[in-house]
Amino acid sequence: MGDLNRRNFLKVLGIAGATVSGIPSKNLLAEPNSQLSEDRMGVLVDTTVCIGCRRCEWACKVSHDLPAGDIESYSDESVFERMRRPGNEGYTKVNRYTNINDPQRSINVKVQCMHCDKPACVSACIVGAITKKENGAVVWDTDKCIGCRYCLVACPFQIPTFEYDVALYPDIHKCDFCFERTKDGSLPACVDICPVEALTYGKRRDLVKVAEKRIQLYPDRYLNKIYGFTEVGGTSWMYLASTEFYKLDFPKLGDSTAPGVSESIQHGIFAYFVPPIALYALLGGIMWVTKKREGDKEGSK
Amino acid sequence: METLFKPQPIRYKFFTPWVIFISAIASVGLIFLFIRYFFGLGAVTNLNQFFPWGIWIGLDVAAGVALAAGGFTSAALGHIWHREKYEVFVRPALLTALLGYTFVALSVVADIGRWYYVWHPLIMWNGNSALFEVGICVMVYLSVLYIEFLPIVTERFIGRVNLPGILKIFNRILDKLLRLLDRTLNKFIFVFIIAGVVLSCLHQSSLGTLMIIAGQKMHPLWQTPVLPLLFLLSAFAVGFPMVIMESLSASKSFGLKPEKEVLSSLAKFVGPLLGVYLAFKIGDMVIRESFIYLTQLNTVSIMFTIEIVIGVIVPLRLFLSPSIRESGTGLYIASILVIFGVLINRFNNFIIAYNPPYTETSYFPSIGEISVTIGFAALEILLYRAFVMIFPIISLPVKGMVQKTKYAIRGV
Repeated sequence: MGDLNRRNFLKVLGIAGATVSGIPSKNLLAEPNSQLSEDRMGVLVDTTVCIGCRRCEWACKVSHDLPAGDIESYSDESVFERMRRPGNEGYTKVNRYTNINDPQRSINVKVQCMHCDKPACVSACIVGAITKKENGAVVWDTDKCIGCRYCLVACPFQIPTFEYDVALYPDIHKCDFCFERTKDGSLPACVDICPVEALTYGKRRDLVKVAEKRIQLYPDRYLNKIYGFTEVGGTSWMYLASTEFYKLDFPKLGDSTAPGVSESIQHGIFAYFVPPIALYALLGGIMWVTKKREGDKEGSK
Repeated sequence: METLFKPQPIRYKFFTPWVIFISAIASVGLIFLFIRYFFGLGAVTNLNQFFPWGIWIGLDVAAGVALAAGGFTSAALGHIWHREKYEVFVRPALLTALLGYTFVALSVVADIGRWYYVWHPLIMWNGNSALFEVGICVMVYLSVLYIEFLPIVTERFIGRVNLPGILKIFNRILDKLLRLLDRTLNKFIFVFIIAGVVLSCLHQSSLGTLMIIAGQKMHPLWQTPVLPLLFLLSAFAVGFPMVIMESLSASKSFGLKPEKEVLSSLAKFVGPLLGVYLAFKIGDMVIRESFIYLTQLNTVSIMFTIEIVIGVIVPLRLFLSPSIRESGTGLYIASILVIFGVLINRFNNFIIAYNPPYTETSYFPSIGEISVTIGFAALEILLYRAFVMIFPIISLPVKGMVQKTKYAIRGV
């Protein structure tokens, strides 16, 4: 029942989204967790363009009702002295790296949830509180979450964070791709505010073409790689850079999906409940046979 | 003349200096637990955004489930394979499993941020999640364990219901109900016994699947797709050593004569079970060539070596030796080593192997976490002691020839 309701609920959500983006609704009958729209959105981050103004950090906090402070305070560059990670207080952070080829122009890297196509957190979540939406966003549902923090364990990018200092109703925090804004056709807050167009919002498949074109046009400017194109099966957010990505603290990840092996094992053990039922039958058989033998022994005494 | 063993409540004084000491340890744990509920997980634990799981999951839950494996392994041996001489161990092992899983559930409630939503997985399903599988299985198995324990309760109270004062009028009806429950259970208990073994096999292995999704955040010495199998095999191996350790401990504590002969023959199973586990563990290491990480000297390689050598190879050798199996001390030490090995294996898998990106720090449990973990273990010991003094759990020799009564070892 619960499952059915949830599925219907998601379907309704999906159809609502589909009518906006104009996808035929028959595609939506697939399993909500596994459906991947051809038209899912994404963002291309060009780290060669980013100037590290951190306005995206401010806009993100404002649009998520987090204490944001004065926008002028974000021009303080001393924060770049240490690496900062997204957290409960803000879902995106910009880190600065020295550019070995051109020390005058530092490299700035915005970090937030990558919104994987096959997210480990969605696969891991014990109650299905995290879902991959039709538009590509990976979104957390506060009504289901039990606070087990398995998503923190699973995420290969170490993105979700938890409120350890809250006793009664601790939340999980992560970038939600501004799900509430994009539903109404607005841009994600960070993309909207970016003054230098380091962030490009669009359909993921179009963004791949844009990225390929840029690499092709400026082979000296870019490393010939789109980070997120194939990593862990592909992510909605993708990056261009002038240098190797591991030097910018991107994890070196394979192309197989993050939950891949785990899910196959899980489904192997539970393939249509055949293995557990077979084991039950086997043990029942042994129990019956040995009991009979014991009975015979006692009878012959 | 064959001596007949029959489970009966142990008559002994509850409080001894040791018991008072253990109660003190339990109280310290409970104090830290109160702090956790009033000020949040961060106030008591060393957990953070990089290390979301600590010893409450790695030891209390993962090792707790493994060490409760005596319950299903001895139930399988005694009730499914009908090896009757081992039936004396079924009830003590059932009690360990019952208390063990109860405290696993309590540990989960202590660890999850929104403990009042602990029932959510019952109606909000995610079949892809290994944690969901573990959660559901543990909940169902815990219920099965309580059902399996009911015949012991009916046996204790049938014909002995004696409520005080005005409640006396319910004595007769309660006794009738107990008898009805007993008759019904007698017919259907086998359904639950088999279910208990199946459920155990499922979640013991799924516990191993848990950390696979952490991918390369987990050290290659432990990260392998056969983790569920390794977890299951090690659970098989640790079941009987737990039973042996408890039986010897209880005998010592209550001044009883240990049933050495049966313990020695139960110990014969341990060697082969440990051997199979070791073979798969080594085989996996050779196939994945993860042994290259053992050439460096660091925390990871030391912990792995301790786990394998002290926790598996040494006790395997001990259990294969007949003279060790015959000696009480030998059995005790060998069993403790196996238990230590599985405990450290779960700790390694969940804590030592987990190495998240973007942090230079590592996790070490706080005083509060350690206090709660030890406090829960202390509470389990106290409850075990109370239960064997109230209920017929431990089998004692019955003097003279006694006809097997209806309530001799039957059901569970």
